Formats: sequence, C-alpha cells, structure tokens
Amino acid sequence: MKWKQSSVLPGFNLALGYSVLYLSLIVLLPLAALISKSMGLDWASFWAIVTEPRVVASYKVTFGASLIAALINLFVGLLIAWVLVRYSFPGKRFIDALVDLPFALPTAVAGIALATLYAPNGLLGAPLDQLGIKIAFTPAGIVLALTFITLPFVVRTVQPVLEDMEKELEEAASSLGATRWQIFCKVILPTIFPALLTGFTLAFARAIGEFGSVIFIAGNMPFKSEITPLMIISKLEQYDYLGATAIAVVMLVVSFALLLLINGLQWWVTRHRR
Amino acid sequence: MSKFKKIVLAISLSGFSALSWADTTLLNVSYDVMRDFYKDYNPVFQKYYEAKYKDKLTIQQSHGGSSKQARSVIDGLEADVVTMNQSTDIDAIVEKGRQINPGWEKKYADEAAPFSSMQVLIVRKGNPKGIKDWADLIKPNVQVVVPNPKTSGNGRYTFLAAWGAALKQNGGNEAKARDFTRAVFANVPLLDAGGRAATTTFMQRQMGDVLVTFENEAEMIAREFGRGNFEVIYPSVSIDADLPVALVDKVVDKRGTRKVADEYLRYLWSPEGQEVAAQNYLRPRNAAVAAKYAKQFPAIKLFGVAEFGGMKAAQKKFFDDGAIYDQISAEIAKKR
Repeated sequence: MKWKQSSVLPGFNLALGYSVLYLSLIVLLPLAALISKSMGLDWASFWAIVTEPRVVASYKVTFGASLIAALINLFVGLLIAWVLVRYSFPGKRFIDALVDLPFALPTAVAGIALATLYAPNGLLGAPLDQLGIKIAFTPAGIVLALTFITLPFVVRTVQPVLEDMEKELEEAASSLGATRWQIFCKVILPTIFPALLTGFTLAFARAIGEFGSVIFIAGNMPFKSEITPLMIISKLEQYDYLGATAIAVVMLVVSFALLLLINGLQWWVTRHRR
Repeated sequence: MSKFKKIVLAISLSGFSALSWADTTLLNVSYDVMRDFYKDYNPVFQKYYEAKYKDKLTIQQSHGGSSKQARSVIDGLEADVVTMNQSTDIDAIVEKGRQINPGWEKKYADEAAPFSSMQVLIVRKGNPKGIKDWADLIKPNVQVVVPNPKTSGNGRYTFLAAWGAALKQNGGNEAKARDFTRAVFANVPLLDAGGRAATTTFMQRQMGDVLVTFENEAEMIAREFGRGNFEVIYPSVSIDADLPVALVDKVVDKRGTRKVADEYLRYLWSPEGQEVAAQNYLRPRNAAVAAKYAKQFPAIKLFGVAEFGGMKAAQKKFFDDGAIYDQISAEIAKKR
C-alpha cells in the first residue's frame, strides 16, 4: 500500500499509528530493554559468557532438538492437515479440536504428563525400556516435548490453504495424464509450500524458546541435555542478570537471523514460482 | 435494580467488608517446602496475636523456589518477611534490592535461623542396595537422585554434604573430596530443577536407588506416599542446613507493619512455634522442645556451612559459573 492512497476503508493513518505504537510497547520495548541491559557488559566478558563450553553445548541441544521437532511436524502436520481437509470420518471435528490442545495446555503440565508417560516405569516408557529405548531424561525426550508443543503450527497454517485449493486443478492435471505423484509434486506442493514453510518457521521459533515442558523430561544433564533457556534460568538463580541477558541476546539474534533466512527463502520460492 | 445487579453489589459489598474487617495483613514470601510448616504455624500465631492485641491479622503466603522468590522481592514484591532456605538468598535482597538492611542475621538468635534441617539419604523399602553412608553412593551400580545444584538450594546442600563428608573421612584432603564428589555426581542420571521435582522423580517415577534431600522433606514423602515405601538412612555425618528468616525493612517501614512482622518472626522461637517446627520435622532450637522430640531426630555428627566459610564463600568456590561444580560436570560429561 502506498503511503497516501485513498482506501475504501477510512482510518489508515490511525490504524497504522496504533499498530506501530502497540508493537513498540509490547515487542520492541522489552527486547530493547533486554539488549540495553546486556550493554552493561564489555565485549570480552560478553563473549566469554556466551561461548562458555557448557552454554555452547546447550545451543546445540536447543537448536538441534528444535530443528528435528519442526521437521517432524513438517511431515506429520501436513499429514494431519491433509486428513482433516480431504477426508470426512466420524469424530473429525473432535480430532480437529484436539490439534489445538497443545496451545491451550500449560507447557509444564504437558512436560509432566510426557515425563510420567515415558519414564522408565511409565505406561509407554516401560515397554520401550524393555526394548532398550530410553526417551524420558534423554535428548529424545526434549525432541518429544518440542514436537508436542509445536504440532498445531504446521497443521493450522497448511489447513486453510488446502481447503482453498480448487479440486478442479488436480482433476485437470489428472485428465492431462499426470500421475498422482506428479500431481502432488507439481500441483499441490507448490501451492502449499509457502504455508508449510511458515508453519515450519513458527514451530521452530516456538521450540527454541520453550522451557516449561522440556525441563521435566530432559534430565538436564550438563553438556548432554541442558537447553539454553535452562542456562538463562541458572544464571538468574545466581542473580547474574547480565549473564542471563547476554545468553538471551544470543538466542534472540540467532533466532531472528534464522527467521529472516527462512522468510527470505519463502519470498524467493513464492517469486520463483510465478 | 435487576436481580443480577443486586447480586453483583452484594458480592462487592461483602468483599469490601471483608477487607475492612482484616485490619492487618502480612505477606510472607517463602520457598516450596515451607508450605506445610507455615500452614500449621500461621493459625497458631494468629491466635496468639489476636488474643494479645485484639486485632485481626491476615497472613498471606507466597511459595516457590527459594532464589526465585528472592528475585521477586528484589523486583518489587512487597513481602513483609522472607523465610528462605539459604542465607545467600537473603543476602541477595540486601545487595541487589536493598530492601533489607545489612546485619539481618544478627537481629534474631541463632543467626536468624529458627530451625534447621539436614541432608539425609532416602532409599527404597528394604534398602536393596545396602546403602549406609555417603561412601555407598559412589558404587558403580547405584543411581543417585539429586536436584540441580545450579538451580536448587537443596542440590547445593547435597553437594556440600558429600564434599564435607569426604573431607572429614580423608583428613581434610581437598583433592580426594573433589574426586569423591565427582564420583557421586557421575552416578546421577538426571538433574531436576528443584527439591520437589527430585522427590517426584524418585517416588513417583521410581527412578534411582537413593534420593538425597532434607530431613523434613522425608517427612513430607512419608505423609504423601506412605511410610512403608521407603527408608530414611542417616549417614555418619551430614550438613546442618540453617533456614533463615528476615524482616524486609523497606516494606515494613512503608506499610507500618514492622511491629507485627517482627513479632511474627520472633514467635518462631517461642515454645509453641518450635513445637510446630518439630511436628514438621524441622529441628527445633528450643532445648525443651528438642528433648521432647529427640526420638524423631537421631543425633548424628553435623557440620555447618561455616565449614566452607559461609554460604557466600561456598557459592563462590563451588557453584558460580566455572567453579568446582561446573568443572566436575565437564569432567563427568567427557568420560561418558
């Protein structure tokens, strides 16, 4: 929209002004406060805090587990969205509502429930333990918790796009002799790809900051299953506000860079397609 | 006026009257495990206070991890009194928030700690791994459940107890104490963020062979899970954990509650307060009460945090970033 363009709806200036003010108060100001607080450190000590081996190990756990969880949900989320849009079956509305549950549930409750279920004496944990598979209190537990928490993102971003897709396109492709696989790759996937990528990005970003659910199932062993948010909390426990903000700033910068990268990719894909 | 409006009015009026009826309120900011104790102590004190001053007193409680609670006070939670599980949390309020004046520990007897607890070993029924003392925790087939010393006062006391016990057994040899403590933590399969979470892991998830925690937490486990499910093992030597209390000077002066708050804390040392403490398995200071409950508090050799030059020095030496606990963790991780 151009700066001064008469619109059908009045009040553009007011709406824009309000949006900017609101975003500044709710998002920018707290983040700026975070960064300005970390300015209390000189560069050398900032660097020493954020590159401490234990903290670096936690970045690997956090970003690695978040990436895996987001990838899992990329596929599973697409599958669930597909089933919900393309098929009708009894209890469909119930399943549809179920998808949002991880949004509504306090994450700590999810974490405790998952830990109880997957603990070596848990309902699912016990048989898995017999097979020599350990989930609770290992990095696999972190991935599990993050997968649970971020499931709705992919489903809810892909679902409306799938719903809007015209079936006629597929039928046309089919009548022109395309195989099912070709239809999926050349017709369906390009249409939903931007939505998939958005869902993936949201899931990934949400997973990076997750604390409540992970803390109960991770085991929190140094260098092995400690997530970065735990590093921040343990700095705070020592009243080390500066150290905590330093790590928080690193998370913020890395997350923002990743989000920009993925958004850029999405933009490129959308443009390339046309 | 509609019926609905009448109801709303009635509710709000009753709300106001309840407020005006409660003449004085106190906010006690405390840590998790103290919930049970203050639930019993508050009515006892209220009764005493109302009989003495003919004044209604309401006591509000706030519970959470000890350091987290201290941070809330630093950030402006208006606590009249704080009751913590380590002096460093109160010192932090003195230094960072300046709501408490320095020298708080001299205001009351016993370094302002009306009672203490100690670290004990909790094992499964019948003690299948035959755990008797600290030395048994480093056996290769023993799993030890401990809360994270980085995020929990309880975990810090466990670390210090193991270190101190090894120090005593090896004639003060620090290198041996370090090896021993590392061996203990190498047997720790997971680190919960706090004491209560560690209890859940041990009792509910049935993880590990031994849980190291406060003596009074053992009593909570007995009430929650039944006495037959576990055994409390008293090691030959353990650490005495003083549980300090303090007036929040800035708040009580602002709210005009200094006298009440002071009395609230002072009464903890009264025979009645000490009795409630003993009933909650906190070791009383009062000799008469201690004698009465002697049976439930086996006498073992204890050492205090003073052994390490106080909690502040211990924090610096062991638990700060890059200090001994972090070094040990790195060594354990490398070996795995």
